Amino acid sequence: MATPATLDRPIAPARWQDFLQLMKPRVMSLVVFTALTGLVCANRPIHPVLAGIAILCIAVGAGASASLNMWFDADIDAKMRRTRGRPVPAGRVQGSDALALGVILSLFSTMLLGMTVNWLAAGLLAFTIFFYAVVYTMWLKRSTPQNIVIGGLAGALPPVIGWASASGSVPFNAWLLCAIIFMWTPPHFWALSLYTSEDYEKAGVPMMPVSAGPASTRRQIWIYSLLFTPLCLVPAFTGLGGPGYLAVAALGGLVFLILAWRVYRSRAGDAPDPRQDDGLYDVKLAARDARNLFAFSILYLTLIFAALLAEHLLGVHPLSLLRPN
Amino acid sequence: MRKPLTEAERARQGRNIAIALGLVVFVILVFVVTILRLGGSVVDRPI
Repeated sequence: MATPATLDRPIAPARWQDFLQLMKPRVMSLVVFTALTGLVCANRPIHPVLAGIAILCIAVGAGASASLNMWFDADIDAKMRRTRGRPVPAGRVQGSDALALGVILSLFSTMLLGMTVNWLAAGLLAFTIFFYAVVYTMWLKRSTPQNIVIGGLAGALPPVIGWASASGSVPFNAWLLCAIIFMWTPPHFWALSLYTSEDYEKAGVPMMPVSAGPASTRRQIWIYSLLFTPLCLVPAFTGLGGPGYLAVAALGGLVFLILAWRVYRSRAGDAPDPRQDDGLYDVKLAARDARNLFAFSILYLTLIFAALLAEHLLGVHPLSLLRPN
Repeated sequence: MRKPLTEAERARQGRNIAIALGLVVFVILVFVVTILRLGGSVVDRPI
């Protein structure tokens, strides 16, 4: 928690852009995209203005939970190179202001979604904010290497909220979208943490490479990839995805598996062996494998959701391979 | 002559404008949703 006195004493006046940064706009854009996909895939008529308000509320809810995260994690953010420039550890915004922004936006986004769209969607949004801010940030992140596996549920729920906004229900296909993002999170995040584990170690965060070691992390990335890529094909069999989706998911999944295999066989995250002249070079090369998987994982998720979105907007008939006529 | 704003004053002005815009957007949203949910005839009822 942001207890050190320096974190509560701004060193420069806070600009509005600093408050926007508290809401992690890049994460918000991914949330908007997946929520929109869920909303469109529901195939239920919803007034465009209400659809826009639903997406806005989901985005603001995501921003609110990010702000709560920045308030609570300011102490560990200050220790990590990747996050030390964030508004609270950098001293541009007081921790208490980040907390206030998070609480107010949580209440506004949830209430507005409930009153304008429906209370199922609002309830799911409230649960998502609670899960990310309390269960993941305050509890799991600092206590278990499974933090991002379980905590990944918060990032996986936006398409379910989008679906609930449009239809007032959450059928199997909505949970399927949730499951895809849930299974995507471990290989995605652990690939990143393989080449940033020094930062996490310094901050005392038990990320998998810090707690179980790089070799175990690489093996788990491979196992999760073996589960994740076939799961991405399932929407083509449940009446959600069409031929375009199947092609993108299959081809992209193949590339994903190749990159995950290369990480598994690499020395990504290992400390360089001082006995070998080229040890440092090997490790740097392996970090490139982890970077490649990290970057491609974002592209792959974007592509499969974009394929679903495009098919539903264009009216492409789903394959429905396993659905009875 | 107007005194030039300090950095802190400029930052505060920016924050104030952002809050004002946020409030305006919120009011417009509530108005539009009211019309959508209750229909335009909501203004025709006897007071």
